[in-house]
Amino acid sequence: MREIRAEAVTQAVARLCMSANRNLPQDVRACIARSRAQEPWPGAQGILDRMVENYQIAEADQLPICQDTGVACVFLDVGQEVHIDGDLQQAVNQGVHQGYLEAGLRCSVVADPLRRVNTKDNTPAVTYIRLVPGDKLRITVAPKGAGSENMSRIAMLRPSDGEQGVKDFVVKTVEEAGPNPCPPVVVGVGLGGCFDRAAELAKRALLRHTGEPNPDRFYAQLEQELLDRINALGIGPQGLGGRTTALAVHIEAAPCHMASLPVAVNINCHVARHESEVL
Amino acid sequence: MEYRLTAPMTREQARQLRCGDTVLFSGVIYTARDAAHKRLVELLDRGEPLPFDISGAVIYYAGPTPAQKGYAVGSCGPTTSYRMDAYAPKVIAAGSTGMIGKGKRDKAVVEAMQQYGAVYFAAIGGAGALLARCVKKAEVIAYEDLGAEAIRRMEVENFPVTVVIDTLGQNLYETGRAAYLAACQANRP
Repeated sequence: MREIRAEAVTQAVARLCMSANRNLPQDVRACIARSRAQEPWPGAQGILDRMVENYQIAEADQLPICQDTGVACVFLDVGQEVHIDGDLQQAVNQGVHQGYLEAGLRCSVVADPLRRVNTKDNTPAVTYIRLVPGDKLRITVAPKGAGSENMSRIAMLRPSDGEQGVKDFVVKTVEEAGPNPCPPVVVGVGLGGCFDRAAELAKRALLRHTGEPNPDRFYAQLEQELLDRINALGIGPQGLGGRTTALAVHIEAAPCHMASLPVAVNINCHVARHESEVL
Repeated sequence: MEYRLTAPMTREQARQLRCGDTVLFSGVIYTARDAAHKRLVELLDRGEPLPFDISGAVIYYAGPTPAQKGYAVGSCGPTTSYRMDAYAPKVIAAGSTGMIGKGKRDKAVVEAMQQYGAVYFAAIGGAGALLARCVKKAEVIAYEDLGAEAIRRMEVENFPVTVVIDTLGQNLYETGRAAYLAACQANRP
């Protein structure tokens, strides 16, 4: 059994909240650069250039890349040989509290969806805890803005709807979202599982190195086909027209009931933040 | 067309702008988003005065991060506008001539814009650090209890926006996309 102090979890979460909100991941930068090179529409080229300028300013001046510093989505893969000395949830929330206040990040969380009083320190985090083999603790913080989150959708398709039904639902979701989620977007697709698992898979799909294909060739091809269809919609950066509507499509699939075909689409904006540490 | 305008902006100035025009705003604009709009409209419904002069006001749908060293404000990009659609027609009727945000608007908002003379602008969503450089001064003037959602009076310099919906109801989200797709079609053999 390996001991990890709750305080070490707090410090890691605080660091990740601060860094993820200020430094756009290299994989996202590479996707933006690739899209810029392929973008034929002058207005769209200009907007992509402003986006690059924006993340460069954010990094140089240590400002948040976007004012919506999101809900702190914190993913914890806990090695089953790890013992945490203290309350894990509390340690994570303390890290969010410290990171958001210290870095001057926006506190956007309300304590109740209907009574809507701001908690003033962006807690609680949304946590996703998995038990995995080993004696390490992997922590990923993915601050998630509401603009793109609000455009996410889930459908319980019929098995007879098949691959075509899934493709049409994903493309329709991106098309209906139009300019709202700050395109170019990253599209996370969760397939299978059950109602809630599909949604979680879609969110986890956004954690993948952006633009890296699914290791399963079948899904890698599906991702490419969906990306091509989405980038033929013409929505473009910020919805003002152009090729670059999405930077990447990531699909995660899981076994499901013989009568079910759940499909969830979790949209992320071009400020696709995610950063990890291993303790 | 490219314009340099000073906010507040008159109805006449608003009516001259066309979808696709770019504007660099200087002068004074006010931030307000969901919760602030709810309170503003409650005041309007009761016939009570608003916490700032709404006549000609350009309202920025934004909730910035706290100010940081060397900046008047933190990261300060637009939020998605449709959440203000329930309130915007009343705010326009009361005198506002401009809204800065991002994303689609509903029919009632566009009708109010045409009727009274108001323009919907988009700033680049997710470019909050870049836009913060155009804000020279910012102070909370109302609803401090709302935190990021408080109303701020912001002095801006060359704040870059694009006219998305004009007073004729023309919409760049539709025409921009259509123009790109038509160009793609024309280039195909």
